[in-house]
Amino acid sequence: MVSAALSQTPRDPGMAVAIRDASQAFAIEDRTLPVLDRVSLDVQPGEFVALLGPSGCGKSTLLRLLAGLDRPSGGTVLGDGVPITAPDPSRVLVFQDPTLYPWRTVRANVSLGLEAQGLLRRQSHRVQQAIDLVGLTGFESAYPHQLSGGMAQRVALARALVNDPRLLLLDEPLGKLDSLTRLSMQAELVRLWQRSGLTALLVTHDVEEALLLAQRVIVFSPRPARITAELVVDRPYPRHRDDPHLVSLRREALGLLGLET
Amino acid sequence: MSGAVISGLSGSPVADRPRLWPVGFLAASVWIGTAAVTALLPDRIEVGRTQELALIALALGGALLLAGLATPWLGTAGQKIRKAGPWLTVLPLALGGWEMATAKLALLPLPFFASPQGLLEVYLEDWPRLGESVLHSLWLLLSGYAIGAAAGFVAGVALGWSRAIGYWVHPVLRLIGPLPATAWLPIAFFAFPTSGSASTFLVALATWFPVTVLTWSGVAGVNKAYYDIARTLGASQTFLVLKVAVPAALPQVFVGLFMGLGASFSVLVVAEMLGVKAGLGWYLQWAQGWAAYGNMYAALLVMALMCSSLVTLLFKGRDRVLAWQKGTVRW
Repeated sequence: MVSAALSQTPRDPGMAVAIRDASQAFAIEDRTLPVLDRVSLDVQPGEFVALLGPSGCGKSTLLRLLAGLDRPSGGTVLGDGVPITAPDPSRVLVFQDPTLYPWRTVRANVSLGLEAQGLLRRQSHRVQQAIDLVGLTGFESAYPHQLSGGMAQRVALARALVNDPRLLLLDEPLGKLDSLTRLSMQAELVRLWQRSGLTALLVTHDVEEALLLAQRVIVFSPRPARITAELVVDRPYPRHRDDPHLVSLRREALGLLGLET
Repeated sequence: MSGAVISGLSGSPVADRPRLWPVGFLAASVWIGTAAVTALLPDRIEVGRTQELALIALALGGALLLAGLATPWLGTAGQKIRKAGPWLTVLPLALGGWEMATAKLALLPLPFFASPQGLLEVYLEDWPRLGESVLHSLWLLLSGYAIGAAAGFVAGVALGWSRAIGYWVHPVLRLIGPLPATAWLPIAFFAFPTSGSASTFLVALATWFPVTVLTWSGVAGVNKAYYDIARTLGASQTFLVLKVAVPAALPQVFVGLFMGLGASFSVLVVAEMLGVKAGLGWYLQWAQGWAAYGNMYAALLVMALMCSSLVTLLFKGRDRVLAWQKGTVRW
């Protein structure tokens, strides 16, 4: 998406995602532990969808399936109608921990994807564009241990965006940030998504964050994860947390999660 | 003392720098005093090179005197010298005490304790043989160490990465690795065509084990999320090994290299004492055979300097490679 303006490809900048009866189970000491139970979901190209549910319910597992890091034990996951079987730079994952490589500078961390694909020499300008995009100009030569939590997470975002992804998978990316950094990063995520037109899937257990960022909020049950409800957030951006419509949606979502009656 | 003041100042803005260096003058006067004692008191036992020893002490004292006057213009070198001030004061005291106990008053039993000028005599007269021994030892050590470290690194990465290789190599490593390399000595000396190649093998073996184990544990302990990140960004298996696993494991690899270096020193000396007809280990053995204790101490000192320099070199290399880490141990 960094070079969205440069690339001439006519295809949609966002990826269509289809999940059909996806199930996943892990074997733990001879017992099978189901984490996903026949989940079906369709996401339109360019849509921003939040997956909301209690911690450890299996939302992250769903993202790993979409990233191609794991295969479902039942059902299928499709990206643009094609089954997802392996990782691909068009679908990138941002974790709760920035997981930057401590031995690489900010620039080298952001270069990672291009380097792995052998594109770095020809397209190194994209690295600087991505660093500028997340507002880290001037920190190119810093090492991760010199960065604050928010800055590290921005680097992780730039590392994902430099690959021109069409599907951005966000696994509680703001979960470990302090509340002020969190607010500014939420606004920035929306801005990045609006500019690029990519499809974004955000896993979160923060109701407010889901309602501020997403066009649709999918509510999951505790493990094994099952979709229990879907909320459509039909409000323009930028949103305000005291918007009465959002406040009533928030009450509804908390009720669905069994936290407010 | 002034050394502490200086270390407190380092890194802070250069304010009014002290003009003179009192500790330097103290050190200089102790050196000159030691020179005077050495030159003027009569020797109780017959030794040569007394005047040369006094001259060296005098020269050092003079140099320190100059340094004491010139430190404001010496920059960082001056700061380093200032830090060494207390040591530079105590060293001539120790030298003077040693001189008194041996050459001047003959308090220590001969021939087991050499005098300072005895050591100096060895360096001035036997330096060709000593130098050749150092070169032999260095060559044997470095060739064996390089082979062992390279083999250990490759084995460690392979063990950490591939389950199939781990299946075959792990039991061998567990059985053979903990065995001290010196236990192979009798076998090595008849299995290899020359004692030199046998020693190279032993040094390599001693290095190999710690490097393998620590590289392996380094690779095995890499954060799995690092691999997930690289895989989603399109990394190949080669990329995962060379650009993720290896750099992530490097801090551990350097611990292995350090331990391997220590092990290789001890094997080197034993191998040279028992089989090889060259090197510092052999020199020590030879000197003891002739009851030339001065030569022995001289060789020990050289060996200490050699080993310490090699460790310093390794740590410098590590600091360079691992500049991204914070709080690494200073050697």
